[in-house]
Amino acid sequence: MSDGVKIELGRRYCFAASHRLHSKKLSAEENSRVYGKCNNPYGHGHNYVVEISVSGPVDPATGMIANLADLDGFVEREVIEAFDHRSLNEEVAAFRDKVPTTENVCIEIYERLKQFPKVKLERVRIEETANNSFEYAGEESKVA
Amino acid sequence: MVYLTRKIEFSASHLYHNPELSAEENRRIFGKCNNPHGHGHNYTLEVTVAGEADPVTGMVLDLKELKEILEREITQRMDHRFLNYEVAELQGQIPTCENIALVIWNLLEPKITQGRLHKVRLYETPDLFADCYRNGASQT
Repeated sequence: MSDGVKIELGRRYCFAASHRLHSKKLSAEENSRVYGKCNNPYGHGHNYVVEISVSGPVDPATGMIANLADLDGFVEREVIEAFDHRSLNEEVAAFRDKVPTTENVCIEIYERLKQFPKVKLERVRIEETANNSFEYAGEESKVA
Repeated sequence: MVYLTRKIEFSASHLYHNPELSAEENRRIFGKCNNPHGHGHNYTLEVTVAGEADPVTGMVLDLKELKEILEREITQRMDHRFLNYEVAELQGQIPTCENIALVIWNLLEPKITQGRLHKVRLYETPDLFADCYRNGASQT
């Protein structure tokens, strides 16, 4: 096997959801100034693309780091069912008191998916739109 | 350090089957990928080389040379091939995205002599890919 080489498996998933950026710690004027159009009280939505990377030994019997059907099922249960076609503010408990910016959505999805057994979750990258993306690799990760 | 990435595509067929497992286990673990007639993908390969730009040429390595290495080592070996039967380096392995990416890393690593091979990313579909890095390298 290849010594000195690290291998990761990457997988992309999609969900569509609405959110509103509004902080209870800020005044109405400050919210409007900080979040602009994203502070619209009725909210707005995105097609989120979630890209995850996991690492671990490649099982010689299957050639896989993680069984894809198991990984897909886990992500479906933990993330897609909970987030897809939902209002993140109203329907995901983590965002009752936390602004559902995509930074915070990254962290929430990372926390949910790091429970997947046997592999190491390396990072979660979310494209909120084709032009904005966010990445989180856990607390220990250092900025290069 | 500068990172230079070149992309190529190749089309190939494969199937997943472990002869040490029963027919039922193969079907359970590999699902549709266990179809004995095989199936295929349009693979996209991104190869990243890290190095310093040469002060005379301004290049980490000559892209034409990288293109030729990729043509010789990867395209000629894998394009329009049945990976299980026609790629010697994959014999005895399940040709998953992970294993193909590792084979590609091992083929390219000794051939890239200007700069260093930094990363191989192989897409089996736009939603499924494998990354190989040098251990300890920054995961740019």
